[in-house]
Amino acid sequence: MRLSYPVHVRVIRVPCTGKVDLVHILRAFEKGADGVYLVGCMEGSCHYEQGNFRARKRVEQAQRLLEAVGTGGERVQMYNLTSGEAPKFAQYAREMSERILALGPNPAKLAAAAGQGQAAQGSGKKGVA
Amino acid sequence: MIVAKGKPLEEIIEAVKDSQSILVAGCNECVTVCEAGGSKEVGVLAAALRLYFQNQGRKVQVGEITLQRQCDREYVSQAREEVEPYSVVISLACGVGCQFMAEEYATLPVQPGVNTLFMGGALERGVWSERCQGCGNCLLALTGGICPVARCAKRLLNGPCGGSTGGKCEISKEVDCAWHLIIERLKALGRLEDYEKIIPLKDWSTDRAGGPRKVVKEEVRL
Repeated sequence: MRLSYPVHVRVIRVPCTGKVDLVHILRAFEKGADGVYLVGCMEGSCHYEQGNFRARKRVEQAQRLLEAVGTGGERVQMYNLTSGEAPKFAQYAREMSERILALGPNPAKLAAAAGQGQAAQGSGKKGVA
Repeated sequence: MIVAKGKPLEEIIEAVKDSQSILVAGCNECVTVCEAGGSKEVGVLAAALRLYFQNQGRKVQVGEITLQRQCDREYVSQAREEVEPYSVVISLACGVGCQFMAEEYATLPVQPGVNTLFMGGALERGVWSERCQGCGNCLLALTGGICPVARCAKRLLNGPCGGSTGGKCEISKEVDCAWHLIIERLKALGRLEDYEKIIPLKDWSTDRAGGPRKVVKEEVRL
């Protein structure tokens, strides 16, 4: 089909969304990701029976934790599709991409940039003095 | 096992938000089994705290360690090199482990990261239930292996109260009446006549009523 989806989406393949742990989602944000979404099989048709249900629970848990630390829970999302729904895969990528663009960058990156700006300003003042 | 439950993240953040460096310390025993303070929960809490400080634009080192047992001085003291560089420790062990950490590292603030709840077991994945209150004078032989001290809201020792309905306790329809269970169990064991025996007044001095308790086993002391 050669469908296109936003270039800044980085796909990480896992055997099942049930493999994705809460800490994997959090570490992605620690490393600077602006958003994370999981694309699993349709609910009820998991090869491992419970994998995508587990993933959904972990996504919900991640949303709560990210809300508490100030990153924002809406930066994590769970999607479901069947293996034959490539157009939906591309659609979800666009949806998530648009959502993240609207939200702006990961607040940690903004805070780091602001910190560097202040440090540069601070050292500049020192130089003048 | 000792069953604990993680404190809300907001409460933990409030307790450590002014720290310069934080060590999240887990325990490989009970709290690992009840999924409150093992290496997995240590990883999640440490990652969440790092994100919090990153979002604040602050550089705070958040380390991770999981001890074999925090309720054992040998293991707690062995971690000295890893623990001492930090300015605060969040212990995800039960209240015992948290106190042992605080005793060993007297000048280091130790914050509890979990609420320690009870001695119990897993009914199913993700569900734990209380079974023992450590009263120090076990009655299970008289009650068919079901504890009225831990499982009866009133700790009654001679049969159910008037609030027992359809096998459930009056405090909640989700709580089994311990005495209903005991009678059913004695019936199944063919020991229903034991139900007629009066259990005398219990000596509560072996419980917390007698103050903090200690066990000394001379034959194993060094």
